[in-house]
Amino acid sequence: MTIKVVYFARYREAMGMDGEELAGTFATVEEVRQELLERGGNWSVLGDSNLMCARNQDLCKLNEPVADGDEVAFFPPVTGG
Amino acid sequence: MAVRVQAGAFDPGAEVNAMHAANVGVGAVVSFVGYVRDFNDGLEVSGMLLEHYPGMTEKALGKIVVEAEQRWPLLKVEVLHRIGELEPGEPIVFVGVASAHRQAAFDACNFIMDYLKTRAPFWKKEQTGAGERWVEGKTSDSQAADRWDVR
Repeated sequence: MTIKVVYFARYREAMGMDGEELAGTFATVEEVRQELLERGGNWSVLGDSNLMCARNQDLCKLNEPVADGDEVAFFPPVTGG
Repeated sequence: MAVRVQAGAFDPGAEVNAMHAANVGVGAVVSFVGYVRDFNDGLEVSGMLLEHYPGMTEKALGKIVVEAEQRWPLLKVEVLHRIGELEPGEPIVFVGVASAHRQAAFDACNFIMDYLKTRAPFWKKEQTGAGERWVEGKTSDSQAADRWDVR
């Protein structure tokens, strides 16, 4: 399966990219996160305890299932308003 | 209801007046306007950059408005949030709620702001005398949003 992963704010800057296509087998958003964490270095920001995530542009929890073609987003706590 | 995410400035007074326009069933309009401050967390702020998640931003705000409409009898809801570069003193966000009576309008406006603060994908980056910094999410905002949970 191939999914699109997107990053915002502090995470986007840490990784030096807006997002990427990611191929592999992922049952949940958490499995996507673990795969990215294995890269080490700046990717360790994804280990933040207050990390937020979304699947197909809806906020979700880390145990959210992932399907082929999904868009998964990781970002720090939101600060609008 | 309408959700607008825009780079351009807006006039809060005109937005408030539009909440009532052509609907004499509206007995109460409550509005909130958020502004960029020139000081935050110990440092002077000279400017701000508002990043967002295009697509999800509009979707998330729309869901918050729908939830408010399900909880209270509302006649009109407007949410306007700016993105991009802002200067101290500029309005960032407008939430307007119109209802027949005041209590629903007060509560719904408060609810929408609490949810916007914790569920809408915006991030503020401040320009300060000590360089740029991302604004950190506040626990108090999460607690404010939690009080609307259905018990």
